[in-house]
Amino acid sequence: MPVDIYLNVAVGGILTGLVYGLMALGLSVIFGVVRVVNFAHGEMMTMAMYIAVTLFGAFHLDPLTMMVPIAAVMFAFGYLLQVRLINPFVTRPEYMQFLLLVAVAIIIINSLLIIYGPDARNVQTSYSYDSFQIGPLIVDATKLYAGIAAVVVAALLFGFFRYTRQGTAIRACADNYTGALVVGLDVKHLYALTFGVGAACVGAAGTMLLLIFDVTPSAGPAYTLLAFVIVITGGLGSMVGALIGGVLIGFTEAMAGLLFSPSAKSMFAFAILVLVLLFRPQGIMGKRTA
Amino acid sequence: MSHQQKTEGARITRRTRSAGLGAAAVAGVTPFNIVRAQGAALKVGVILPRSGYLAGIGQDCQRGVDIATGVLKDLGMPALQIMNADTESNVETARSRAEKLIGEGAQALVGAFDSGQSSAIAQVAEQKGIPFIINIAAAPPITEQGYKFVFRNFPTAPMILRDAFIDQKEVFAAVGSAPKTAVFMHVNDTFGTAMAGGIGAVMPKFDMPYKIVQEIAYDPAARDLSVEISKAKATGADALLMVSRLNDAILLTRELVKQRWTPMAIFSMGPGWYEDQYLKTLGKLSDGPLSFAPWYDPNKKLSKQLEAALAKLSAAINLNTNHVYTFEALLIAADAYKRAGSADPTALADAIRKTNITDNASIGPGIQFDAKGQNDKIVGGAIQNRGGKLITVAPKAAAIGKAEWPLTPYDKRA
Repeated sequence: MPVDIYLNVAVGGILTGLVYGLMALGLSVIFGVVRVVNFAHGEMMTMAMYIAVTLFGAFHLDPLTMMVPIAAVMFAFGYLLQVRLINPFVTRPEYMQFLLLVAVAIIIINSLLIIYGPDARNVQTSYSYDSFQIGPLIVDATKLYAGIAAVVVAALLFGFFRYTRQGTAIRACADNYTGALVVGLDVKHLYALTFGVGAACVGAAGTMLLLIFDVTPSAGPAYTLLAFVIVITGGLGSMVGALIGGVLIGFTEAMAGLLFSPSAKSMFAFAILVLVLLFRPQGIMGKRTA
Repeated sequence: MSHQQKTEGARITRRTRSAGLGAAAVAGVTPFNIVRAQGAALKVGVILPRSGYLAGIGQDCQRGVDIATGVLKDLGMPALQIMNADTESNVETARSRAEKLIGEGAQALVGAFDSGQSSAIAQVAEQKGIPFIINIAAAPPITEQGYKFVFRNFPTAPMILRDAFIDQKEVFAAVGSAPKTAVFMHVNDTFGTAMAGGIGAVMPKFDMPYKIVQEIAYDPAARDLSVEISKAKATGADALLMVSRLNDAILLTRELVKQRWTPMAIFSMGPGWYEDQYLKTLGKLSDGPLSFAPWYDPNKKLSKQLEAALAKLSAAINLNTNHVYTFEALLIAADAYKRAGSADPTALADAIRKTNITDNASIGPGIQFDAKGQNDKIVGGAIQNRGGKLITVAPKAAAIGKAEWPLTPYDKRA
């Protein structure tokens, strides 16, 4: 097989993996701080994808330009969800949190089904079928734009947590919940802010992913599972780990499809997960707990 | 009145009441059944994948149901009471929906587009003794189980392949050209696997001008098929031989465009490439693929009736296999009900077994079932997408045009 095929497939896998990583970043951020596993993660992303579909249908707004407003809408959704619904469950047993968020996921899926029907939806931008040729390398334009946007959003997120007062306060909550309360931080607000930031990540990722994949109401659970595979591989709670995990899974799926059978793509992604759980249970970038 | 008299009187009254009830059962209920058979609508449970990854095709099949009422009435058939159910593109859900419909009084079942789901429904129908008429499903084992209540008016995978190769040769002869190599790409579900198995068994018998240089199986619910197309492109094959569904057919075409590869021809031997959603989503990019599939004869009278009925329902939709075979499944149920004069499942199944509809819509001599419940007389057709329309190009008896050859490069389409 020509070498350029390996190169093309590897680049495509890495670019898709970057968007996967951004999607998983939201899950990792929420768990890292609030210690609640968002089982409605993929469904929230399909919600963002449908918002993008609606705006594109109504106003022909490009998904890349809609990314920021949709992320803002999802931030508000996530913030309110945390304040009104999830916050009382933060201190309750994990199975209750699980049931609550699975219920939210089912409500989202069925609402989307009622509103949009079961058909696959997508957006046809002027560059939907474009690709760039650099020598033997052909790069899908939509994947390239989505990959670059994922890197930019991830960098902004790192900047937020590293260099802003709010970000520092959130990290303080994650490091020491009691200490954060003692020094007078508004933990309830910071938890809601974190959930909002995680939802905004998902909103941005969903808008970009719409450039690559069609959306159906039933797509959510598969994305939730994918996000879990990525964050567990990268290290639950680690932002860098989520991005690395995303790229690793995207790259592995692509190369497994090329070298073995496309039907076996998911099998290899899960094989990596099993290996990580066996030999580094805390994930690639995760911290070992006592 | 003595005690004995009272007792006898009471005994006689009970006997009279019992006799009265018995008489009612014979004289009252039996005529009611006859009236019901002659006048009441037959309850038909239509099970389709209306949501999930097969939703597009499932809902297209539903159009065949929507046009049935008027057309069946025009044909002088008894009315059907349609009971809808959704398999959610899932085998286990298909099974439970079949059980639920039978529990709710369905007297016959129709469905379910997909081989895996149809197999599950067939098991339930056989167990409960309710006739099941398969509209679309090609995996051979469904009618190889010795079922007495399962009937299929759709070709099996080997039949589809046989006709596909015959029609391909007819097309090659007509255009004076043929590919020398092909990549065989197929979904890895029940249908795709059955077709892949059939290719190996059937193709050598036809001495085709091309050889298959690579086989690529993929997940029908896949979100990204770029790797699959990269792999196919790397072979440098002349043609793509496809067994697809709808969403994956759209994804594959997009990838062909993005990866700047236009093969000489795309031969589909299943759904996906002729669906209206495919044509509408891709516009000019949808032109050219040839589908070798069970199809309708546009020259038949019933086909024209169905085209007119569909145009009335939705002018922008082309009549296709999904509509025709779903309609014919309902036609078989109505025809059997008419001849049986009863909704009794055994009588209905016996009547279906003796079906002999010659003025049908699909290509071939008509609808008859063999001892296994399979219509083995169906003939496949070849159709080409052209300007949003579907042109039948083979077999000659049903053709209304000649194939355009080779595929116009994707980057040269205005």
